[in-house]
Amino acid sequence: MRTGYDVELVHLTKRYGDTVAVRDLNHVFAKGHYVCLLGPSGCGKSSTLRMIAGHEEVSDGSILLDGQDISALPPAQRGTAMMFQNYALFPHLSVRDNVAFSLRMKGVEKTARHAKADELLSLVDMTHLADRSPAQLSGGQQQRVALARALVTEPKVLLLDEPLSALDPFLRIRMRSELKKLQRELGITFIHVTHGQDEALALADEIVVMNDAVIEQAGPAREVWTRPRTEFVARFIGGHNVIALPDGKATLRADAVTLGTEGMPATVTAVEYQGASVALTARTETGEDVLALLPEGEFFASPKSPGEAVRLSWTEGRMHRLEA
Amino acid sequence: MAIRAFANRHVAGWVQAAPLAAVLLGFLIAPIAMIVVVSFWGATEFSIYPAFQFDNYEFLFGSPVTYRVFLATFKYALITWALTLTIGFTVAYFLAFHVRSLTMQVALFLLCTIPFWTSNIIRMISWIPFLGRNGIANQTLISWGVIDEPLEWLLYSDFAVILAFVHLYTLFMVVPIFNTMMRIDRSLLEAARDAGASGFQTLVHVVIPLTKPGIMIGTIFVVTLVMGDFITVRFMSGSQRANVGRLISNDIALLQYPSAAATAVVLLCTVLIVIAILLRFVNIRREL
Repeated sequence: MRTGYDVELVHLTKRYGDTVAVRDLNHVFAKGHYVCLLGPSGCGKSSTLRMIAGHEEVSDGSILLDGQDISALPPAQRGTAMMFQNYALFPHLSVRDNVAFSLRMKGVEKTARHAKADELLSLVDMTHLADRSPAQLSGGQQQRVALARALVTEPKVLLLDEPLSALDPFLRIRMRSELKKLQRELGITFIHVTHGQDEALALADEIVVMNDAVIEQAGPAREVWTRPRTEFVARFIGGHNVIALPDGKATLRADAVTLGTEGMPATVTAVEYQGASVALTARTETGEDVLALLPEGEFFASPKSPGEAVRLSWTEGRMHRLEA
Repeated sequence: MAIRAFANRHVAGWVQAAPLAAVLLGFLIAPIAMIVVVSFWGATEFSIYPAFQFDNYEFLFGSPVTYRVFLATFKYALITWALTLTIGFTVAYFLAFHVRSLTMQVALFLLCTIPFWTSNIIRMISWIPFLGRNGIANQTLISWGVIDEPLEWLLYSDFAVILAFVHLYTLFMVVPIFNTMMRIDRSLLEAARDAGASGFQTLVHVVIPLTKPGIMIGTIFVVTLVMGDFITVRFMSGSQRANVGRLISNDIALLQYPSAAATAVVLLCTVLIVIAILLRFVNIRREL
């Protein structure tokens, strides 16, 4: 197991003409962490990743990997490797040759590079399909090959651009546990761009939430979820109600709201059965929508349907103040 | 009921295919069959008569002129192919990968087609005043002091013939190659760069292999056009060079139809063999 290397962004900025895609980012990705860059489309997360990879020029600022400024180096000399969203496997090459491609570019002789490729293919359980062409593989298999191809260069940091978005939900959950397992085994830093909050929560040691070209909040997954810093983070990460108070805003976790005989009067607007829990949306008299996540058993003890009047209550201590 | 529905569908399919089949039969198959039939006919100085004899073929394969002319035809095809491929690939590469905006791509692409707004022959003839002994090229070179006497090989030579071929047919190489290149996923180029490939390595290991079908289609266009040509060779060589097309056109001028037909059949077979060999190398089906 190798120890990881840390990646530091210093005043990192990306401009396209007059529009700013990434504005003055300062952040340190700790070594050996699984980091998720989370945000809606167009928030600058992909541009940030592509700048780290070297596929996008840095407009301002710099990127340090293990203390070295890499922002002017070509992609292959940075010690990073990228896994592309659509995998970008070479259709004219076999799986083995795809994995061995970078070694071939370096002039590694054939038997040596095939041996190394086979080693990586066995790491991702693809040895038996090494002679197939990418078109003959399923989405999940293509992804494993793409992963092996990225790792063959022995990168210090692996960059993943929405790697799971092309897979069906079932496979996505399986692949994400494999990604996490692989990251633990290799001990290198993974930077994973995603717009799925459940994916980020499941995978990340550290979540970096981006919006509008800046970082809204960064921290361990649990901290981001339990203590969102801004209204945007609370709404994007889900499962929170944002409530306007006289002196600012606060969040209230949906699973902290209960129905009772006293509390804030509201009318049920929607009921959604989710298996273990039931998501109930109610509109208060001030016109605010409040989401309550009720345990399944508790809800069906006294079921409610849209249009019914209920009273919402929560303990004051569960409110969490937002900074913005 | 089921059987009748099946029969109806069967009949409907044939009826739908019939018009195209009729056109192909009447205007492609029948003329070729006619040429094959006539190639076995006999001829005298003043008449042709139906027969089934191999005289035309015997004469054709017995004459050293035939081999020389076929060789010359292959030479033109090969040199023109090499030049149009080099130029066509470069132009297509520039259009597909260096020009970023689609509007600009379309504009430059249309610019390539401008020479095609006039006829083939006009484009060819317009080289004559340029290349002639007292033409623009020679006069310019003399006035610059590069040469003292006019260059004789500029016009009415193999050089002139190949120049005209390249001028006429490069676009037939550009279009299919450009088309294939536009279908290459740009993230593949990034993936190659990420894997440490230099620009040249990306070209050799990614772009060229993925462009092969387009190169092959362009090659088929250019090779068949050059091998079947007769007018360019006549004009640009001042009737001093020959290819198979001119052999056929001379026979026709002398009303030696059976002989012309036999030569045409041999040329057709040669071209088909060349294409068959080309198709062994590359699968173009995914382009069609």
